[in-house]
Amino acid sequence: MREFILKSGVRRPFVTLLASLLFIIATSWGAGYLTFKSDSRVFFEESNPQLQAFDRMEAVYSQSDNVAFLIVPKSGDVFTKENLSLIYDLTEQAWQTPYSSRVDSITNYQHTFATGDDLIVEDLVLDPEVLDTQRMEEIRAIAVNEPLLAKRLISTEGHVSLVNVTVQMPGTNAEQELTDVSTFVRQIRDNLLEKYPNTEIHLTGLVMMDVAFAEAALADNNTLMPLMFLVVMVAIGLLLRTITGTISTLLIAIVAIVVTLGVTGWLGIYLTPPSAAAPIMILTVVVADCVHILTNMFHEMRKGFDKRQAIYNSLEHNLKAIFITSATTALGFLSMNFSDVPPFQDLGNMVAFGVMMAFLFSVTLFPALLAILPIKPFKQDVKEHSGLMAGVSNFVVKNYRILLPSTLFAMLIILFLIPRNELNDRYVEFFDESVPFRMATELMGKELSGVDTIEFSIETGTANGINDPKVIAAIEHFSEWLRTLPEVDHVNTLSDIFKRLNKNMHGDDPAWYKLPEGKELAAQYLLLYEMSLPVGLDLNNQINVDKSSTRVVATLENMPTYELLELEELTTAWFATNYPELKLEAASISLMFAHVSKKNINSMLLGSVLALLLISPILGMVMGSVKYGVISLLPNLLPAGVAFGIWALLSAEVGLGLSVVIGMTLGIVVDDTVHFMSKYLTARREKNMSPEEAVHYSFQSVGPALWFTTVVLVAGFLIMALSTYRVNADMGVMTAITIVIALLVDFLLLPSLLIAADKIRKDPQPVEENSGIVTQN
Amino acid sequence: MFKSMLSKLLVVVLLISGQAYSAQSNDVAAQEKGLRIAKKAKKLDSGWGDSQSEVEMILRNKHDQESRRAIRSKSLELKDEGDKSLIIFDEPLDVKGTAFLNFSNPIEPDDQWLYLPALKRIKRISSRNKSGPFMGSEFSYEDMSSFEVEKYTYKYLRDETAEGRECFVLEYYPVDKYSGYPRQVVWLDKEMYQPIKTEYYDRKDSLLKTLKVTDYKRYQGKFWRPDKLEMTNHLNGKSTVLLMANYRFSTGLDERDFSQNTLKRLR
Repeated sequence: MREFILKSGVRRPFVTLLASLLFIIATSWGAGYLTFKSDSRVFFEESNPQLQAFDRMEAVYSQSDNVAFLIVPKSGDVFTKENLSLIYDLTEQAWQTPYSSRVDSITNYQHTFATGDDLIVEDLVLDPEVLDTQRMEEIRAIAVNEPLLAKRLISTEGHVSLVNVTVQMPGTNAEQELTDVSTFVRQIRDNLLEKYPNTEIHLTGLVMMDVAFAEAALADNNTLMPLMFLVVMVAIGLLLRTITGTISTLLIAIVAIVVTLGVTGWLGIYLTPPSAAAPIMILTVVVADCVHILTNMFHEMRKGFDKRQAIYNSLEHNLKAIFITSATTALGFLSMNFSDVPPFQDLGNMVAFGVMMAFLFSVTLFPALLAILPIKPFKQDVKEHSGLMAGVSNFVVKNYRILLPSTLFAMLIILFLIPRNELNDRYVEFFDESVPFRMATELMGKELSGVDTIEFSIETGTANGINDPKVIAAIEHFSEWLRTLPEVDHVNTLSDIFKRLNKNMHGDDPAWYKLPEGKELAAQYLLLYEMSLPVGLDLNNQINVDKSSTRVVATLENMPTYELLELEELTTAWFATNYPELKLEAASISLMFAHVSKKNINSMLLGSVLALLLISPILGMVMGSVKYGVISLLPNLLPAGVAFGIWALLSAEVGLGLSVVIGMTLGIVVDDTVHFMSKYLTARREKNMSPEEAVHYSFQSVGPALWFTTVVLVAGFLIMALSTYRVNADMGVMTAITIVIALLVDFLLLPSLLIAADKIRKDPQPVEENSGIVTQN
Repeated sequence: MFKSMLSKLLVVVLLISGQAYSAQSNDVAAQEKGLRIAKKAKKLDSGWGDSQSEVEMILRNKHDQESRRAIRSKSLELKDEGDKSLIIFDEPLDVKGTAFLNFSNPIEPDDQWLYLPALKRIKRISSRNKSGPFMGSEFSYEDMSSFEVEKYTYKYLRDETAEGRECFVLEYYPVDKYSGYPRQVVWLDKEMYQPIKTEYYDRKDSLLKTLKVTDYKRYQGKFWRPDKLEMTNHLNGKSTVLLMANYRFSTGLDERDFSQNTLKRLR
């Protein structure tokens, strides 16, 4: 097998080329079946308890997907003829939104009032054309004092207003439905901006978030992928100075990506914003394989071997190491299956598969390409790198006694910073500040109310139970208590409606703004109220069919995830203590994300540890020694820890993206250690070198390759940091940090540790200053 | 060459405009036919004087959770004005005795009064809205109120067999701008001149609800009344069934039974 692989590329390049082509075409055909999903639900498994709670809530009441138009008049006053006309027009047009079921605004708010024994129910703004100043002031007074509207659809200062469109998308073709809705609402906004230039209109809401997900992933593919290819080309070109090598490497990368996407398509797995990053990651890892083969091949050619023999020799030297590193990298990515977030599982599997494909192609197709295409080694050995390596290795060997404790100490200090990281996974911050969705949402948070909500379903268990005065009193008590919490911006509750109706039915006497006293009265108020509401503005989003339960929605100011989780606990505990006879269920998209990211971190830690447990024995076996297996643990474990310590200084916010970094980087980090240690052991065992000499040997033979691959990997992952999708951007930055730390550890700490460990056992041998450097030329 | 092209072009233009013209005249014809059918339906169903019936309402959500309501309905036919109707609520028990009186006006908003026994007061409701859910169901008051020719404009679409019956398919366009639907498509049975299926389209012209009317029986040899009406909402997946029972005609009700003062005395 080994011999077959070794020879296939070099001896039968055209056969290999043809066979590869057939394989590539067959697999990549599946790419045609790839679909992309950006729905926020893709982040959750079917069995996720918070998703199920949310689905139950939506089934009982109504779906809460929405588009929110935030209207910010430049004049700073919503209550002018022009701005009320705008909101009136917008409300009318918003009803035309595809899949819309409800539109709420201050103009179509169903204002109820009494005149004698008449109850009048009408739109707050019936006709904006006939408004005079006095009427507008009345409207202002009604709106900013109505608990249903204030701080939700109108700011208390009356300077911004919201029009909320509820949509119920059938979900049969989710992407198309999203596009239909977003295209339409943007069209409305643009038209209105033209007619009313003195206003800003911003779009937010859950639908716009899903749209932002899709657009961020698309933008990444359109801008980051080409940029990534460019960087890889330039990096390899500059470092190895070969055109054929660069082109061949890129070809292998493209092939690995295409095959992976093809198989993903064949398997019917859909792409999501996180898993859409798979191509960039595969590209990055592929380059590492090819660089190892190329550097070694040039090395052999310079030694005087002809091209084909050089390729063969290079493969022979590298096959085992490349296989091991590919396998450990794949294992690391496979550990992402421990994630509770399906897109990350997909990402891990896709990259793991891509890495193995990259291995396959870089030991078959890659040599075949090199054999066919003309290639010349750069005349001289890459002196500056060897020089750099010699400098580093001399420095390490000379100072290992100081280096070992000082680097360990420095890293220990950084490790102590880890607890400063805190869990934060606000989905608004999944996007960077340049994304209009985030801007609009944060503006809304500042001027009106936050986007996070907790929806509470209060369940009595008996039909018409919500008309019971005791239950209504509980609903009111709970709602009023929620309003005392500083984090709560707005509470939408049935008890307000009861109080208002009671007042209306008593000739608008403010003294009657209190809960109705009997069950019958409450029931009859609701009957009356429901009969006088127009289509789309009913109470079915607040009351279930048999009136046994009601939904109270708390809108929260923007806050970190862990505070949201604390608030959920606080509120459910309060209710359980005060009203043990009633059942309360809490759910919302915000809670879903908060829970999943917390759970994800725990399960990813477990997954990474398990992956490491799997990798360590492999390393031990490869190196044929328990001792070196144990030593390898340190450089394998430290980088991720140190990187999280540094993250505490940079941002200190840990979310979905970061929780998978340990698993992702594990394989790459292990690669470095494997390459360095295996060369060290070869020198010690086969060439009988002293520890110091062996360190020099390792630096000379793998130092440059490690240096190149680190540069390329860091460049690649830093490009991901340019993504407007912050989950991926943070993941990119963290991975880059981890890889840099890994190189530092392998260049400074590991050799010091190896020398120290090997010297404790044997009698220290005097080291001669210059004899250590092994030159192979 | 050029001339022949020009003449061909001319022919084409004439053909197109001719078709447009005939399409327009077809439109007018379809509207007239629609109106004729609607008038005939109203005429065939007039002369019943007054009627009473009992209604059971079964509400169902997406997960087949059910809820029941029961009401009684009384109607009075008037020659030159819209019909008067009275709804008395029996179940759920907490609304028992609540009574709703409605004077149907073809163009103007209906006159509506509600008696709340818990408050012991009659309230006149001034609302243009009759499109909201009736008792939380998928029916609105608009869907259940009496048919008046003046409430809509019409267009005849085609003949079609539906549910095994020969039907006219008509489009109804409500005159009232506060109607919940700009457009309804009605399958009117050719024998009974009663609807057996209605599709309700919302403001963005997408199908919102479908009503299926079944189990028609003939009373007094000429008035067709259904035993079952089922409304399905396509947007939220909920549905409501109305089971009608105990239809009675010419029970001797008169305008005094449909006055505000009677509301309090009902039970």
